[in-house]
Amino acid sequence: MSIDRRQFLTVGGAVLASVALAPGMRLIELAQARSPDEAVTSLQRWGMLVDTTRCAEGCSACVTACNKENGLQQNVRLDIRPQWIRTVTLRDEHTGYVQTLPMMCQHCEEPPCADVCPTGASFRRADGIVLVDRHICIGCRYCMMACPYKARSFVHENLTDQRANVPRGKGTVEACTMCVHRVDEGRIPACVEACNSDGGKALTFGDMKDPASEIAKRLATQQSEEIRPDLALDTGVRYQGL
Amino acid sequence: MAMNQKKRILGAWITAIVAIAVCFGAAYALSGGPDTPVPSPLTGVYLGKGKKCVAPVSVMRRYHMQFLLNQRTLTVHEGIRTKRFLLTNCVDCHADPKTHSVLGKHGFCASCHEYAAVQIDCFSCHSPHPQRLTAESAITLAPQHSRLAEMVKTTAITQIQSDPVDGPQ
Repeated sequence: MSIDRRQFLTVGGAVLASVALAPGMRLIELAQARSPDEAVTSLQRWGMLVDTTRCAEGCSACVTACNKENGLQQNVRLDIRPQWIRTVTLRDEHTGYVQTLPMMCQHCEEPPCADVCPTGASFRRADGIVLVDRHICIGCRYCMMACPYKARSFVHENLTDQRANVPRGKGTVEACTMCVHRVDEGRIPACVEACNSDGGKALTFGDMKDPASEIAKRLATQQSEEIRPDLALDTGVRYQGL
Repeated sequence: MAMNQKKRILGAWITAIVAIAVCFGAAYALSGGPDTPVPSPLTGVYLGKGKKCVAPVSVMRRYHMQFLLNQRTLTVHEGIRTKRFLLTNCVDCHADPKTHSVLGKHGFCASCHEYAAVQIDCFSCHSPHPQRLTAESAITLAPQHSRLAEMVKTTAITQIQSDPVDGPQ
């Protein structure tokens, strides 16, 4: 049996198409789910959208949830108390309009903390989460000075009651990890979960690179802004209603 | 006279050769060849929940620090959280059910490290207490990460999963 020219082209085309398609399908699959033995990739970028109009004055559900989830002690002196997320109250001098918003590590695409770190302990993970590798951190605190959002804290005293998934220790710098231990399990950060159940549903978390995610859709269709856009840091946390 | 001198020189040579051989032998024994026995001070220490460890005991005794060192980089920088060499997984299994800790006089980690006079820094940041008390057995492993598998291979350990393990009695 011999193949004529037309049959050869048909079969060849089908084989070529499947070869060309297969890597694409793999990419889609990776962007949606990751098994525990797969490294994070830049196919995802985790981000958060804060709708400040829903953020009620006096509500601190996100802060409480963060402290609980990450085991941040509240029984230490105020000036050295760790703070991964805080509420900021803004008041318009002329109109008296008051608004509240949560402020934490903005998970910049171009993080200044990582730029100034002398040991490489501050780094941006491939999926956009900015972290401190405490194994390498020497506690110099350059990153705390470099961060325009005042998002980082230093651990001044010995700790004893850390959470199993959130190792923390004296002499290192720390900040919001976007609950990386939860995100790696496919869950959402504790602050977002708390805001959705106890707060004003002001926080949205998701993959900004996945066009099907709620956060990507809202960022594409609604107005939102970074804080200090003049620094061109391309933050992963964006705000609405400022 | 000349004979005596020759004998003395010969004696000096033999002494030198024996001394060098003893030095090399001691160096080999201390360097920890794969068959060198590791002292086992674990008397009265709770060994673990599971029937066997994630690798043979002799391998874990000698190489656990390297497994942990490698795993920490994979976890922090690449988000790889396979349970096999995850410190939380070790603690969940090895923590004493009475004290809920791997530290303390009879703690799994502390007792041995005290015996060997090697300070561990892990638990100045990491929790020595199990927090996943209902976690499934340590032996239900996620697929092995390929780079870690390679490392295991390069340290000449090929028996990790195939050999029967002399685990806690």
